[in-house]
Amino acid sequence: MSLFERPPLGAVGDPVPHESADLHVTGHALYTDDLGVRLHNLLHAWPLQAPHAHARLLKLDTSPVLSVPGVVRVLTAADVPGVNDAGVKHDEPLLFGENGPNEVMFYGQAVCWVLADSTEAARLGAEAIRAEYEVLPALLTIAEAIAEDSFQGSQPTLRRGDVALGFGEAAHVFEGEFEFGGQEHFYLETNAALAYTDESGQMFIQSSTQHPTETQEIVAHVLGLTSSQVTVQCLRMGGGFGGKEMQPHGFAAIAALGATLTGRPVRVRLNRTQDLTMTGKRHPFHARWKVGFDESGRLHALQATLSSDGGWSLDLSEPVLARALCHIDNAYYLPHVEVLGRICKTNKTSQTAFRGFGGPQGMLVIEDILGRCAPLLGLEAADLRQRNFYAPGEATPYGQPVRHAERLQLVWQTLLQQSDFAARQAEIQAFNAAHPHTKRGLAITPVKFGISFNFTAYNQAGALVHIYKDGSVLINHGGTEMGQGLHTKMIQVAATALGVPLRCVRLAPTRTDKVPNTSATAASSGADLNGGAIKNACDQIKERLAAVAAGSLGVHPDDVRFENGRVYPLGHPDQGLDFAQLVHDAYHLRTQLWAAGYYRTPGLHWDRVAMQGEPFKYFSYGASVSEVEVDGFTGAYRLLRADLLHDVGDSLSPLIDIGQVEGGFVQGAGWLTLEELRWDTTQGPHRGRLATQSASTYKLPSFSEMPEIFNVALLEQATEDGVVYGSKAVGEPPLMLAISVREALRQAAAAFGPSGRPQLLASPATPEAVFWALEEARQERAEVVAADD
Amino acid sequence: MSNLHTLELTVNGQPRVAGNVRPHTTLLNWLRDQGLTGCKEGCAEGECGACAVLMARADEHGGTRLESVNACLVLMGSVAGQEVVTAEGLGHPGTLHPVQHELAVRGGSQCGYCTPGFVVSMAAEYYRPERSQTEQVTGDAHHGPNGFDLHALSGNLCRCTGYRPIQDAAYALGMPPESDSAGTDPLAQRRTQTPPMPRPTHLSTPDGDFYRPGTLAEALDLLAAHPDAKVLAGGTDWGVEVNLRHARAGVTIAVDGLPELRTLTATDRFIELGAGLNLSEIERRLGNQIPLLREWFPHFASRLIRNNATLGGNLGTASPIGDSPPVLLALDAGVVLVGPQGEREVPLADYFTGYRQTVRLPGELIRAVRIPLPLAPLTGFYKIAKRRFDDISSVAVGIALELEGDTVQRLRIGLGGVAATPIRGLKAEAALTGQVWNKENVRLAAKILGTEGTPLDDHRASSAYRAAMLEQTLLKFYFEQTTQRQEELA
Repeated sequence: MSLFERPPLGAVGDPVPHESADLHVTGHALYTDDLGVRLHNLLHAWPLQAPHAHARLLKLDTSPVLSVPGVVRVLTAADVPGVNDAGVKHDEPLLFGENGPNEVMFYGQAVCWVLADSTEAARLGAEAIRAEYEVLPALLTIAEAIAEDSFQGSQPTLRRGDVALGFGEAAHVFEGEFEFGGQEHFYLETNAALAYTDESGQMFIQSSTQHPTETQEIVAHVLGLTSSQVTVQCLRMGGGFGGKEMQPHGFAAIAALGATLTGRPVRVRLNRTQDLTMTGKRHPFHARWKVGFDESGRLHALQATLSSDGGWSLDLSEPVLARALCHIDNAYYLPHVEVLGRICKTNKTSQTAFRGFGGPQGMLVIEDILGRCAPLLGLEAADLRQRNFYAPGEATPYGQPVRHAERLQLVWQTLLQQSDFAARQAEIQAFNAAHPHTKRGLAITPVKFGISFNFTAYNQAGALVHIYKDGSVLINHGGTEMGQGLHTKMIQVAATALGVPLRCVRLAPTRTDKVPNTSATAASSGADLNGGAIKNACDQIKERLAAVAAGSLGVHPDDVRFENGRVYPLGHPDQGLDFAQLVHDAYHLRTQLWAAGYYRTPGLHWDRVAMQGEPFKYFSYGASVSEVEVDGFTGAYRLLRADLLHDVGDSLSPLIDIGQVEGGFVQGAGWLTLEELRWDTTQGPHRGRLATQSASTYKLPSFSEMPEIFNVALLEQATEDGVVYGSKAVGEPPLMLAISVREALRQAAAAFGPSGRPQLLASPATPEAVFWALEEARQERAEVVAADD
Repeated sequence: MSNLHTLELTVNGQPRVAGNVRPHTTLLNWLRDQGLTGCKEGCAEGECGACAVLMARADEHGGTRLESVNACLVLMGSVAGQEVVTAEGLGHPGTLHPVQHELAVRGGSQCGYCTPGFVVSMAAEYYRPERSQTEQVTGDAHHGPNGFDLHALSGNLCRCTGYRPIQDAAYALGMPPESDSAGTDPLAQRRTQTPPMPRPTHLSTPDGDFYRPGTLAEALDLLAAHPDAKVLAGGTDWGVEVNLRHARAGVTIAVDGLPELRTLTATDRFIELGAGLNLSEIERRLGNQIPLLREWFPHFASRLIRNNATLGGNLGTASPIGDSPPVLLALDAGVVLVGPQGEREVPLADYFTGYRQTVRLPGELIRAVRIPLPLAPLTGFYKIAKRRFDDISSVAVGIALELEGDTVQRLRIGLGGVAATPIRGLKAEAALTGQVWNKENVRLAAKILGTEGTPLDDHRASSAYRAAMLEQTLLKFYFEQTTQRQEELA
């Protein structure tokens, strides 16, 4: 059966609400920490966080703790029966002890945990611990790390052609630097885990995790158990965005260790400050670059060094860096390329996956280069971008042909038209000429984003589909639900594949004892991979059912149709039987009514040392137009209008996909304009402390940051024939549509100055950053005017 | 009085007895312990709104209003005798409330964690009696065709949707059934009935005491007996201290329900605003009597916070970045303090004495704030922050100007965020007073204003930006006034 072809009738493609929407709106949807109230004898955990960015733990006296009323015990390194590590690289000690591990690597790192009858008692217990430290020198910025040669992990180079030759041939060569900030995930639900030994004696963990299998593996190695002795369940997450791909494991391990040692259920739930100060974030990057253009503005050569801030441990920094290198081209053909990547080791939280996974950082570098260089080339930024698009037949610097490159032009032209770009550009010029203290900016930017895990082995998934004798269907798969609508799509896929109405399909929570060895729900791949697996399972069962139906209907099995709960001979919808009746009959004929499904993405290969191969199944395309208005007095701005056009293939679920596109865009705009992580980088006593460690100091976009006019559309007739029901992944790519907001702010700031000058803009482009940018523009205008006098 | 460990309240229409309540237990944590886990903690400081609940409150006409507040900032002692409605109390799967239905079908929930809080904030706006099609504000980007004020959602954060479907849901809402219809909507009915009143309360526990006295005299007696007591009004600051910095008070005295602190009066010399009124009440009852305050209200935190926060609390904490001092300084406000010896009025400009320190003596309470009349005709408020709404200012500037012809008769500039206390821009005021209100003089004065105070470098802004903003806001005020006058002339 074809993977991508859709039956004429079926639930895929219908704009259905989220499968849990009614539970969400009534407060009945349960999250990990909502389950604790149902358990008796629950213990609450509280960490002792180190107050230094880098230090040696000299003394850890936990003896005063047990005299605090309600405290039950303390967990330190000495309590770990297995491997004392929370990561997969064995560079993340979980618990400290006087006999080691004892090197504190970031301000706020958990040293040990206290378990008590209440959160308040656990907190007071942690306060009673006597810990002494020897403070060590700490590195906090990328510049400090580079100066001290403090790097970790591999240092790959992406290379094509000969950049020296390229620069020699180029008509224009420019150089520059660009440093930009990270981003806190700020899922509304902080990290949480709940562990207990269940009635069969196995360790059972409820965890808010995007990667239940890895949570299971880490709990197992901490406890010295096999994976088969540990089960992890994830009901749903209150947001993940990559922040729960690696970070939840250690918290689950603390809960599981506590439950093992006390025989009581243990709850770990970080408050917002703990979550902000203990868990990783999007990687900040620094880029030093040199770029060559030909006479017509075509990119000819790019040489760059990208230095990411990985924080104190490797975590996912290597694959994040690889994806950054693989996206520095964005939508543009680069004949000669040499990009070196390296990961700084600093005394901060260990930076991790975040929606886009390095892709946004790579793309931001090239878009910043084009935004800065366009005036120097005498071109409109929109023209410069368009004339550098990949043409069909061209390949990326890592050697992958750009599948469907023609969609770049299609998306771009369609959006220019739909957004009325040219006319608005003229209007804005007139507006700016008439308003000395207010300027508007308009920008369009493209997105090309590679879909699949760079690491080929992760591109597999499993599913379990049961049909019960009454015809009801229960599905289970390895993906997790964090709000992205994966479960909704999976129900639609199963209903379509089996030809039953949506209401016949129920989805059970994600558990490692149902589908083993799952990949993280990450890389936007959840629907592609798990949808493939579910469809495979459904197809197996349907084939068996078709054989049964063929007998009773007197037709060849190939000519049995399954549609909307009915099963009938091709061309004779009136002569069929109910799906439930067929299932009943099949059972009595001793037919297997369940199946394990499996999917592996075909055609992928990747050499991560040479940085060559075809790591992606396909590319997602999109473009966005943003218009902003900037106040010249304060640098404050409003996003007046945004027009987005995005390619999700043939959408599995349009309401869900539109939601992903809009939400990704606003989250990306947050990263680029508003959200600012600030650490104490002084030499004072709190060096290394995160200064923005609460919702009042780390500001997310609120309703007032939504574009005042917001037009969002999905590219039509966009079948992707390598993916389940012709769809494409949607989770990450739309985040990068927000780059047009930043470029529009650049345009508006530049409008305060004379034309033809490169306009720099810090990232995030906060009102303060925009103010300094436009001040510089104004100064140059004043100088031009003075020179003319 | 409620007895010493337990208190009674109504939750989702059901009477409940809360036993073993501690003085620092928040309504959020208590509700969750009762299994009402739809109420979520996202930040524990009133920024995200995931814990929003409805409270039944008195309106000005003997009826009841349903107002949304952050349950994470409400201490249980404050809710004795009160009525609380959570998302669970609005509807159930299968029988959704209209706000729940609109959010669900329009894709207004993705991960769903913030959703119960949005439901509650939207329900409060759905039931707001002033909302109607006729109230619709034209040309305002923040009102829907159904009169829905999007500022009702300014204290709710969603990390998934980007807000568009939530706005669509809000703007699609109809009106609640009329009060005379047959009980289809119990909450709509509830609005026509008498409200719950503040109930005198005393909780006594090993962790401390919580008092809600019934009268001002009782409050002053308690304060005299416990000079170190924490005086609690709306709790939007103290709740943050309790949750994030784990502050604990031996004795807490709640004063926001005192009738003497809840008056709003106008004479021919001043308008007096009771220190215990919440900001939403003042906003509603003042209307446009003080245009500067009307402009300022939406910039004070969020609706969820304004429904509890008081002027007394904002001045009592005396934060240098409090939102009210810059405008109140510009309005030449006075603070009315009451103590065992009676009342005294202190000009706000003399009220602050140091970082979070004031002239208020132990044993004194802030009873009211007085705004002298007549008001200066030209005013402006500028809050410099990273986010447009519900953010803490890096700099805030309030300006009130009276011109005679083209000459500056009187100018007051209130500044926040540039010193250890809120201050007046005295040097710039002096530089312009008696001078012609023109570009050159304003430029000179703006330069001077830029040197006021000792602004800090921190995570909100650099000192250079703060100083620049002092200068720029006066220029912006001049430009706006000039443009407005030109438009009026045209």
